[in-house]
Amino acid sequence: MKILVSVKRVVDYNVKVRVRADGSGVETANVRMSMNPFDEIAVEEAVRLRESGVATEVVVVSAGAAQCQDTLRTALALGADRAVLVETGAELQPLTVAKLLKAVCQREQPKLVLCGKQATDDDASQTGPMLAALLGWSQATFASKLTVSGDRLTVAREVDGGLETVECLLPAIVTADLRLNVPRYVTLPNIMKAKRKPLDTVTPEFLQVDVTPRLKTIQVCEPPARAAGRRVADVAELVAALSSRGVIA
Amino acid sequence: MRVLLLAEHNNDTLDPATRSALTAARQLGGDIDILVIGDACRPVAENASRLAGVSRVLWVEAAHFREPAAENLASQVLAVASGYSHVLAAATSMGKSVMPRVAAVLDVAQISEVIGVLGVDTFSRPIYAGNATQTVQSFDPVKVITVRVSAFDASDEGGAAPIEPVEAVSDCGLSRVVGRQLTRTGRPELGSADVVVAGGRGLGSRENFIALLEPLAQELDAAIGATRAAVDAGFVSNDLQIGQTGKVVAPRLYIAVGLSGAIQHLAGMKDSQVIVAINKDADAPILQVADYGLVGDLFEIVPALIDALR
Repeated sequence: MKILVSVKRVVDYNVKVRVRADGSGVETANVRMSMNPFDEIAVEEAVRLRESGVATEVVVVSAGAAQCQDTLRTALALGADRAVLVETGAELQPLTVAKLLKAVCQREQPKLVLCGKQATDDDASQTGPMLAALLGWSQATFASKLTVSGDRLTVAREVDGGLETVECLLPAIVTADLRLNVPRYVTLPNIMKAKRKPLDTVTPEFLQVDVTPRLKTIQVCEPPARAAGRRVADVAELVAALSSRGVIA
Repeated sequence: MRVLLLAEHNNDTLDPATRSALTAARQLGGDIDILVIGDACRPVAENASRLAGVSRVLWVEAAHFREPAAENLASQVLAVASGYSHVLAAATSMGKSVMPRVAAVLDVAQISEVIGVLGVDTFSRPIYAGNATQTVQSFDPVKVITVRVSAFDASDEGGAAPIEPVEAVSDCGLSRVVGRQLTRTGRPELGSADVVVAGGRGLGSRENFIALLEPLAQELDAAIGATRAAVDAGFVSNDLQIGQTGKVVAPRLYIAVGLSGAIQHLAGMKDSQVIVAINKDADAPILQVADYGLVGDLFEIVPALIDALR
């Protein structure tokens, strides 16, 4: 079984983002970039499935500028076998990414696609289910456990009230939640090995996908700041303050 | 302008998340139809019909909608979606699973976690874990939207909309729900609670978490929440996680106990009206967003607070 994993290059999740003064977006120049953490979990799960003999090959895909090659090399160092970059300078929105991934899926014919449940930049949480819909495949979002048996997939999902278990027919799309696994550390020998693994580059034109954005960003601004609070000395002062604010009886 | 709102429910009662999404829908203007998809879910349709500002309730019943799969829900939404300018759902785990499918089939963008309706095609939404707010305009003929529940007050009752049965689409057979382990706490639901008491790794153990926060929550009739660290350490179940990747809450009062306030956690609670932080570390980031900070040993402060509230 071949597994395809989509990975996105985003601002590192430890970086405190700054909004550009002109309101056009968030500053990304000279900012540390990394693989979206949920995508890293998806790659780890795919590699584990190959190591346990369930999968035969793990192909990682990214879409965006040439620098996404770094993200793909990280995925290869985590243990993926091969990478595909859909290279474009265009602003990519989830629907477009889903269409690009669909085109790659039609070429690669995977049985399972793993994605992160959301990217930590746009927090959209759309690409996985959109891809599933475009392909007419089953889906399991927010996965915290995944088992493959025959032509079926059993997935524990983290839902609002607790956990839900779904059974999906393969081929399927699964989006990874935090507790699916803890990704391994990338070792130096594996980084070296990753440099020699195949990385193909294609373009949206080659895949015949129109990348015109559907949403226009009018403005990006800082969220309203909270007014500075104050320290209270003890429980009595706290209770008095809360009472006078009317938040406790 | 016609708005279709997908209801969230358990076949018995309408989830409060839908009432908040309805408030966002009402800010768009136009006729609003609520779509209730379930099995033996007439009480939900009746709940929905009593909400203010609703034109019609579309009511679909079928056995395969008892515990519906996202694929089937999306097909049903698509079967009734034609003629609507907006299709909305609350940004719950259901909404987030179903609406991207709907948008992709309609070949339109989806706008996630809307916190402000600025016009019929212009919306604001948080990005980067709420560290920035993006305003987007959609040029698509249909706007498919999920609504961040904590950003809108719940709509009240005061309507009497007709309930119209709609034919169910057949089961596509792609996936099925085979089990559910829902957490039963007897406490208010985290997403809509008026008061939230949240704990972090500072509580040290599951036993401490329960022994200290349960009675505090009891006194305040509060929901209990936790940080990712507390969930990962096994103090509480995953559905109580508050933050960028968990629940987003905006209660009247938020009491943060023994949690430092990582940006991923702040993303889930910083819109609370009043924030109280109890922490032994005077430099903890949570104290920078707290209205009232109490620096000290939580194992002394929390019991004293419980006593003071009694």
